[in-house]
Amino acid sequence: MRALASAGVAALLLLAGPAALQIGPMDYAAIERGRYLAIVGDCAACHAGSKGDYAGGRAIETPFGDIYAANITPDDDTGIGRWTAEDFARAMREGKRPPEEHLYPAFPYPYYTKVSREDVDALYIFLRTVPSVRNEIPANQLPFPLDVRTAVAGWNVLFFREGRFDRDPIRSDEWNRGAYLVQGLGHCGACHTGKNVLGGDEPGGFMQGGALQGWFAPDLTSDARTGLGTWSIEETVEYLRTGRNGRSMASGPMAEVIENSTSKMTEADLRAMAVYLKDLPGSGAAARAPPAADDASMRAGAALYRDNCHACHADGEGVLQMFPALHGSQVVQQRDAATLVRIVLEGTRAATTDAAPTAPSMPSFAWRLSNAQVADLLTYIRNSWGNAGPSVTEDEVRQARARVGAKPSQ
Amino acid sequence: MIRLASKDVVVIGLGWTGSILSYELARSGLSVVAIERGPWRDTASDFNITTAPDELRYAIRHDLFLRPQQETQTARNTPDQVALPIRRWGSYLPGNGVGGAGVHWNGHTWRFMPSDFVLRTHLVERYGEGFLPANSTIQDWGITYDELEPYYDRFEYLAGISGKAGNLKGQIQEGGNPFEGPRSREYPTPPMRMAHSQQLFEKAAKSIGLHPFPLPSANLSQAYTNPYGVRLGPCTYCGFCERFGCANYSKASPQTCVLPALVRMPTFEARTNCEVTKINLTPDGKHATGVTYVDTQGTEWEQPAELVLLCAYALFNVRLLLLSGIGKPYDYQRGVGVVGRNYCYQTNASCTLFFEDQRINPFVGAGSLGMTADDYNGDVFDHGQHGFIGGANMNCNTYNGRPITYRPVPPGTPRWGSAWKRATAENYNRAIALGTQGSSYAYRDCYLDLDPTYKDRLGRPLMRLTFDYKENELKMSRFVVDRLAEIGKVMGAKQIVRNQRSAPWSVVPYQTTHNTGGAVIGSDPATSVVNRYAQCWDVPNVFVTGACLFPQNAGYNPTGTVGALTYWTADAIRDRYLRNSGQPLVRP
Repeated sequence: MRALASAGVAALLLLAGPAALQIGPMDYAAIERGRYLAIVGDCAACHAGSKGDYAGGRAIETPFGDIYAANITPDDDTGIGRWTAEDFARAMREGKRPPEEHLYPAFPYPYYTKVSREDVDALYIFLRTVPSVRNEIPANQLPFPLDVRTAVAGWNVLFFREGRFDRDPIRSDEWNRGAYLVQGLGHCGACHTGKNVLGGDEPGGFMQGGALQGWFAPDLTSDARTGLGTWSIEETVEYLRTGRNGRSMASGPMAEVIENSTSKMTEADLRAMAVYLKDLPGSGAAARAPPAADDASMRAGAALYRDNCHACHADGEGVLQMFPALHGSQVVQQRDAATLVRIVLEGTRAATTDAAPTAPSMPSFAWRLSNAQVADLLTYIRNSWGNAGPSVTEDEVRQARARVGAKPSQ
Repeated sequence: MIRLASKDVVVIGLGWTGSILSYELARSGLSVVAIERGPWRDTASDFNITTAPDELRYAIRHDLFLRPQQETQTARNTPDQVALPIRRWGSYLPGNGVGGAGVHWNGHTWRFMPSDFVLRTHLVERYGEGFLPANSTIQDWGITYDELEPYYDRFEYLAGISGKAGNLKGQIQEGGNPFEGPRSREYPTPPMRMAHSQQLFEKAAKSIGLHPFPLPSANLSQAYTNPYGVRLGPCTYCGFCERFGCANYSKASPQTCVLPALVRMPTFEARTNCEVTKINLTPDGKHATGVTYVDTQGTEWEQPAELVLLCAYALFNVRLLLLSGIGKPYDYQRGVGVVGRNYCYQTNASCTLFFEDQRINPFVGAGSLGMTADDYNGDVFDHGQHGFIGGANMNCNTYNGRPITYRPVPPGTPRWGSAWKRATAENYNRAIALGTQGSSYAYRDCYLDLDPTYKDRLGRPLMRLTFDYKENELKMSRFVVDRLAEIGKVMGAKQIVRNQRSAPWSVVPYQTTHNTGGAVIGSDPATSVVNRYAQCWDVPNVFVTGACLFPQNAGYNPTGTVGALTYWTADAIRDRYLRNSGQPLVRP
């Protein structure tokens, strides 16, 4: 009886609250569409917590301090139960929550601002249907003056351009759909576009790769060496759907994105994203000439490779869909080697999806390779079999080791 | 005791058979809980490539095996002896934890011969009743090779087995085993690449008219994706298979073949470090209501279920049946009863060859890197003149050259000191071991029952194993070892050392973990525990898996046949039993 009563109250609230809502609250097609859009936006990546998929509480690491993801379940006191559809749309597209409080751009409203009102409303409707969870979110760990939310207003002036996605009439529907997803809900640029010191997108660096949280999210433009230039549309779709293809395997944060989001998206949407990404201009940066084969680092790296890596990665070709190929690998040749250093120090595990359930792992080598050895090994890998990437320095490895807390080798 | 919500299926033990049945039944929409007494184990967390090849930890200190203080057995050779507990595993090494023995096996994946399934009928027809050894209790399986063939195929394709067919739908194939039963198709992956020892063996065996072929291997020759979508990598011939978990994703195991798909099933759940102590029955003893288990805190739980699947190791399945009062225990004195009857083992022996002019590199090895000849296995050859039944396959396998235990030295070498070191250095690269894997047939006085004296940590009686090698088996083994030595001679060995099997059986030196029987499959409730679908005659909602079903053991490793029987049972449950739950599939 009580359950019925509260359902009734919720229904009343729904009817009374969202006056601006353009779709009905009992529109099941809209709820289902909202559920799908929540997957596309990978809301759970940040908002899932120990108390539920959308109950928040997870600390999001930023260069400025930890920010805690909000509770976006319909709980009145700790969630967004009292929000109207208008409130929700403003949060998504203007970065403001009631009453007129700035959200930190760790919440990717600079991307979500592109999302159509119809999609925002569908998300809102869907979020009204998830179980209501009472979960008080801890205070953010930001230093002064960033802990003053009005500071965000200044940031917005510099880096935030509010505005909906504009169709490019010259391009195909598929291209436009891909652009809408990548630029908007997919918020791919949050990781894959380089950031300036204030955390704003680097101008002219759209999707050319970016460093964050000790990883380097690779270039996704059409650059042949570091981007998707040599990947076919089908290979790109396969990667997003299964977590792997003949060229690469997802691990680290992208493995989560694939497991929670892209593996559950429609083939048509994945294809649209691939079409759009493959059309993005690269940085045009030329590869640097690799070190000479008799360079001391290259020689040391070759010996280390033979002893530590060859059993799985073979002579750079790896094992199809088990151990990624290193020759011609885009990840290996990024301008920043952070991901490679991190994988060698920490180990990693591939994504697991319904289509490809095996999640092979690579163990940590931190305990058996010194900083200098890791640097030599990676310099070798980045410049063998036709690869070209900047050499890795001992200092880069030392800093990464301090960051991930890996013990030095004995 | 805390009573939990009921499940459709409770699976006891999450090894090969438990994981396959869990997957097949969860896929059919049933809620399945697997209860495993050991820890969770997966490749990524437990078999780290940088630390997995640790001979001391795994091969010597038995890291992956059951601890005897958790459960052991008592053993004796004859019924008139007093059995004593095994306090350190030796002759066999029972697995523990998720994956079971499927984690640390070598990967030999055989099919038994068609005649093995109708052994008694076949032998009596060919040689007459009087040819069978005295006191033998050899019997037919109640299921034929042809019936099992599609299920052998399914297991081999699950595991990606590397081999060469010798008989495709009746057509003998060059390079395969001409004595095997007909296969419906080729192995899923080609044979492993052979090392120098295997090439010498193959050449020699062929030159004297034998039929060598590549050992069917679960160490894969190439990457493979199985029908569950699970992918394996190629073997690197590192030589750390037996007693180890594979860190390369290249040895077929529940971890590499089933679990990645199984753990994604929403209706599947595993409870590890929980030991089932009993299958619970209704007061009339005719229907199982679920199981009781204890966790590591000693807390007792009751898990009700509609269907109970006994998927632990062969010996432990038999013990749980005895402890639960399912089936009539075997009474040796009177020769009646079934649970514990027809316990068999495996009759293995070997030759060590020492060479002067060959350079062998044993460090390049794998659990199933080998060439085999079946010319003296099963009933391939006429036994009439020999006065024994059974046979063995003859193998040249290079398992490993691991530093602690691989020290082949000629007889007469001191066991330690500088002379031993010198002999090790001289012979490490110049020795080849040839092996025989022989049948072990059933006898009235070889059996399993509950020990009257010794109890486990929970106060339950230990199981007692009464076994010895019989003259028939020893005779067979000596005969095949002589044939093996002939091959060794042609290979050019300067010295051949025969390591013959002899009685009495001892629990101390490692021999094989192929313990079979005790809960055998059959068509007669007077001589079998389960019907031809592995369903208990007495309690129709209990099914049993594993090598405990074998009425007697053939000259092959058991896992291929265990896997085939598991798929056979999975189909029987899904397609037949579930249509009329709780009812016997066969009326006696």
